[in-house]
Amino acid sequence: MKSIAELVAEAPLFADLPPDRLELISGCGQNVHFADGETLFREDTPADTFYLLRHGSVTLETYVPGRGSITIETLGAGDVVGWSWLFPPYRWYFDGRALELVRAVEFDTTCLRDKLETDPALGYDLMSRFAQVLRERLRGTRLRLLDVYGDVLSG
Amino acid sequence: MATFSPAEAPAEGRAMTPRPFAVVHRRREAPGIWTLELEPVDGEPLRPLPGQFTMVYAFGIGEVALSVSGVRDGRLIHTVAAVGAVTTAICASRPGTVLGVRGPLGNSWPLERAQGSDVVVVAGGVGLAPLRGALRHLLANRGEYGELVLLYGSRSPAGVLYRAELERWRRLGMSVDVIVDAAGPEWPGQVGFVTELIPPARFDPDASVAMVCGPEIMMTHCARALLDRGIAAEDVYVSLERSMRCGTGHCGHCQLGPTLVCRDGPVYTYDRVAPALHVREL
Repeated sequence: MKSIAELVAEAPLFADLPPDRLELISGCGQNVHFADGETLFREDTPADTFYLLRHGSVTLETYVPGRGSITIETLGAGDVVGWSWLFPPYRWYFDGRALELVRAVEFDTTCLRDKLETDPALGYDLMSRFAQVLRERLRGTRLRLLDVYGDVLSG
Repeated sequence: MATFSPAEAPAEGRAMTPRPFAVVHRRREAPGIWTLELEPVDGEPLRPLPGQFTMVYAFGIGEVALSVSGVRDGRLIHTVAAVGAVTTAICASRPGTVLGVRGPLGNSWPLERAQGSDVVVVAGGVGLAPLRGALRHLLANRGEYGELVLLYGSRSPAGVLYRAELERWRRLGMSVDVIVDAAGPEWPGQVGFVTELIPPARFDPDASVAMVCGPEIMMTHCARALLDRGIAAEDVYVSLERSMRCGTGHCGHCQLGPTLVCRDGPVYTYDRVAPALHVREL
């Protein structure tokens, strides 16, 4: 069975992270699993975790009165779920739900934030990596806003 | 391996004359999108290659370029989105209606060049239709290719084309991932933009050929994501759509920089057309 540090090292988010930093981060992680349909986190509750998905898919959802739960995005193996823990007020903005059996590394972000505050270089490194994830998600969201599949030549 | 039959190039002088084809079957694929099967009234079937198009004439209304989405028992198959007067009339054509057809026209997907390579097919919306013939060929000749990957983006679950066929392609060994822009809880699949499927997809970027079809902005972003994965620009093929009138390289309506899409395309390598795609107003 792989250690948390080994699992973390395999994730694209943490690619090429120096071993000492890998150990520091991994010290705040633990293996978890969620059954199909189980909730990982709920909107407007404290965001004191983030997840590195090892297996399965997670949907980010929000409840729209009159329309029900709307899926905002789906994330899969290798993806990181959650950045609300990075910024005050540290609360989730959406629901996270397992679409199937999910195995993940769950990080205690109170533990992690303490380490980042005492090690600004690690903090900058991790923030840069999360910023890249944010950039990619923002790009995808902007492209979806264009509603491109309705954009065909008329004839 | 199966060999390609040469495309039936319309003889000079006949290229501008539509041949009568009767609608023999009409099926609704998604809201506003229909698949029509057309049978030649004179009995002489067309033999288009995957990726080619025809000019289809709704008599009294007008003519439009339509990608071929298949051929079966001599019948020409088109999947059409009703977006304007002509395509709306074509979509509304019931069995027995006669339409005019010119073609097949244009070039085709690089199925021979892709032999021995992984093949990554990226489709957006109704852009899956021009790729359907290529996908069928890849699976019919499975042993000639490496990994077969289809990444398909749609606006919504209701807009997903060829649902039964997608399942069949999965069973035949193709990796098929479908992603939609937005969905409710009834959708068990992925939600996001199709570019998000490219980084985790299983293929060897050093030995892959990519075929991309969909709205131009989607193709541009997908091509960039494929290049980010390490595929060379000359191995990324895109199928362009421009306003086509003559379909034979004479009228110039479909000009894109130095090329005429109806004559030189619609399939191009990305390195060839990327500069023009980034010029506004072209």
